[in-house]
Amino acid sequence: MQRILVLLPIAVVLVIGGFFVWGLNPERDPNAIPSVLISKPVPVFDLAPIAGVDVPGLASGDLAAGEPVLVNVFASWCVPCRAEHKVLTRLAAQEGFPLFGINYKDKPEDAKAWLEELGNPYLRIGSDESGRSGLEWGISGVPESFLIDGTGTVIWRYVGPIVTEQAQDDLRRALAATRERAAS
Amino acid sequence: MIPELGQFGLALALALAVVQSVVPMAGAARGNLVWMRSAQSTALGQLVFLALAFGALMWAFVVSDFTVRNVVENSNSLKPMLFKVAATWGSHEGSLLLWTLILALFGAGVAVFGTNIPHALRARTLSVQAWISVGFLTFMLFTSNPFERMLPPPVDGNDLNPLLQDIGLAMHPPLLYVGYVGFSIVFSFAVAALIEGRVDAAWARWVRPWTLAAWMSLTAGIALGSWWAYYELGWGGWWFWDPVENVSFMPWLLGTALLHSAIVTEKRGAFKSWTILLAILTFSLSLLGTFIVRSGLLTSVHAFAVDPERGIYILGLLGISIGGSLTLYAVRAPAMEGGGLFAPVSREGGLLINNLLLAVATGTVLFGTLYPLFLEAITGDKISVGPPFYNASFVPIMLPLVFVMGLGPFLTWKRADLKGVLQRLWLALALAAVAALVLWYLVTEGPVLAVLAFGLGIWLFVATAQEWASRIKLFRAPFSESLRRARNLPRASHGMTLAHLGLAVCIFGFVGSSAWKEDLIVFAEPGTEVQVAGFDLRLEGVEEVPGPNYTAFRATLVVSRDGEFLQNLYPERRNYPVARSQTTESAIRHSLAGDLYASIAEPASQTAGEAWTLRVLYEPLVNFIWLGSFMLVLGGALSLSDRRLRVGAPRRAKAPEMAQPAE
Repeated sequence: MQRILVLLPIAVVLVIGGFFVWGLNPERDPNAIPSVLISKPVPVFDLAPIAGVDVPGLASGDLAAGEPVLVNVFASWCVPCRAEHKVLTRLAAQEGFPLFGINYKDKPEDAKAWLEELGNPYLRIGSDESGRSGLEWGISGVPESFLIDGTGTVIWRYVGPIVTEQAQDDLRRALAATRERAAS
Repeated sequence: MIPELGQFGLALALALAVVQSVVPMAGAARGNLVWMRSAQSTALGQLVFLALAFGALMWAFVVSDFTVRNVVENSNSLKPMLFKVAATWGSHEGSLLLWTLILALFGAGVAVFGTNIPHALRARTLSVQAWISVGFLTFMLFTSNPFERMLPPPVDGNDLNPLLQDIGLAMHPPLLYVGYVGFSIVFSFAVAALIEGRVDAAWARWVRPWTLAAWMSLTAGIALGSWWAYYELGWGGWWFWDPVENVSFMPWLLGTALLHSAIVTEKRGAFKSWTILLAILTFSLSLLGTFIVRSGLLTSVHAFAVDPERGIYILGLLGISIGGSLTLYAVRAPAMEGGGLFAPVSREGGLLINNLLLAVATGTVLFGTLYPLFLEAITGDKISVGPPFYNASFVPIMLPLVFVMGLGPFLTWKRADLKGVLQRLWLALALAAVAALVLWYLVTEGPVLAVLAFGLGIWLFVATAQEWASRIKLFRAPFSESLRRARNLPRASHGMTLAHLGLAVCIFGFVGSSAWKEDLIVFAEPGTEVQVAGFDLRLEGVEEVPGPNYTAFRATLVVSRDGEFLQNLYPERRNYPVARSQTTESAIRHSLAGDLYASIAEPASQTAGEAWTLRVLYEPLVNFIWLGSFMLVLGGALSLSDRRLRVGAPRRAKAPEMAQPAE
């Protein structure tokens, strides 16, 4: 009995060591947070427009538009969203993709003031005052963006503001890949 | 020129370590005294050469020698001198150099002060220590050389991560490392004893001071680290169960168990193989920490830059040292047991429970830390394990431990009278129960566990104080008699009392600041007033102030209570242009009852005027954590200064207690 017992520590260490060897795989990025939605259809939702803002609301059906679209979750109370706003406005114009917004847990009047101040690059905005849709999308914070292909399937997801060169390149690459696949 | 000297020092230290890892071990096997004694000079030589290397690196930082890559990456000519010095150990390479320096320091310590240890055991211990040295010195020289040059040199450096430019953090790694790495010598003692095939009471006594020294530093290091997180990170918490925090906490938990089990081995000759196992595992967890922090295996807010090559090298080191020592243990341990028998209710029994609970707690933390990795490997899911897991698992394990801690010192060796002890402790029990009930009545909010934990804290405090009082017959004998008894009481005894009281004090802090904290986040403009925990705060304004290598926005907050002015608080948001990052400098109004803690962040919008994000927290009793930690360290120091640990250590019994010293 004791013979087996004294082997226990080394056995535990070997098992843990095995996981470590696996974990050191250079391909693995422990910081990446995958979305369970990737390669799945967008969740079912139907959001009314923001009161007083002159663009229509957003629903699941709008996302199977035949061309790739970017859905950006934003809020007026979110400081990084302000930095991202400029970049997204420019990218949408440069790359020519429709930009849709989900206004997350925001007061309509605040969102309206924010959009009036910064400009409105969004073609559609759904107002998610309760945060219910955010839950369906499984967002981990604001801002967060999803690239949807022409058939309403989630292709790519980015957590945090798309401001760094790397993030912008990531988006361009995902966009190019989506367009290529649609063309072939 | 000087960096080359440092490089030279590293190479020489490695050469000495190689010699030391072979010659004394062979000498001990053959009974060659000269070979055995060579370990003492080589251990000292290693220390000298590593100190030289460390000095050379520090010099490069002090004079801002930007031909050294490490200096370029971690320093800047504008940085205050204190942080230039501290940057020496701020990077992966520099901290590794500190690691090996401390390793050599403990080796040299045993070489110089271990005069009462038998030659063979000392020689073997130093050889094992040198094995570890060889591993880490080659790691440093081959994968992470701190003296690597950069030509042509840039004009200025990239600056150290501003979060690390803080006095708390300048001191935190050295202390933490002395603790972490200090357990290496205990590990070496254990492996040497396994090789020798002999563990007895004398062995435990030789090991104890080293364990205690390492444990003290680790305690101080962890406390400083949490203090740093508390006031520098600006999140208003002192412990986040982050993987990097956990890996420093696990050796502490197991080291605490080791301290206690070594007492049993020393006094009663029991728990031998358990003590050895703890010695091996404690250092293994230190190594694990080094591995996790430097390999990028888990996500953490404060991990070093990631490099898979380094990760594989350290994993190899881990495999050899941990795997090797545990295999040796599996071979030798079955022949070891025996020793004093004891009844379930006894001092030994109490310490056994202490050890079991601490080991289970360590296992829980280990599991929580590695669970995301396990899960990702098996199912591909990514999760993180946070405070709710630890509150639900770790805390309930620790609570019974606190109860036993109050009882333990009253129990006698071999067989104790539990009924008698509980009769003596009725006062402590009653006080704890009353305090918990009153608290429950006063604070209806918050978890029930908090009330229970607070009551147990009081129980521990009163019971410990009572044990000390009964030893010196306080109030039962004339005061002069008590004083004489207090003076005659061994310092280790005072040390234990102080450390146990310290833990009770810590518990008040843990509970108060986590269960009854008040938190408020508002958008504030000049003139905004908020109320938290009876304090009124008004934001006067925010101004821009320059610093040596940063610019800061400094807010002025007027704090008053019941209309009476108390003080101004000046939280800052600093911007470091060179390192391109920002830090939050919170402002804190300290008091024993609780801290009022304020921090600010960027205006919510540039056009919405001066609306800053203001965060105000009230953390009741939080300073008790650091007061208690200080008592823990001081208790350790008192115990370490006990003359019983220094002189007159027992000679080994003539007849070995084990069957045959295997060679």
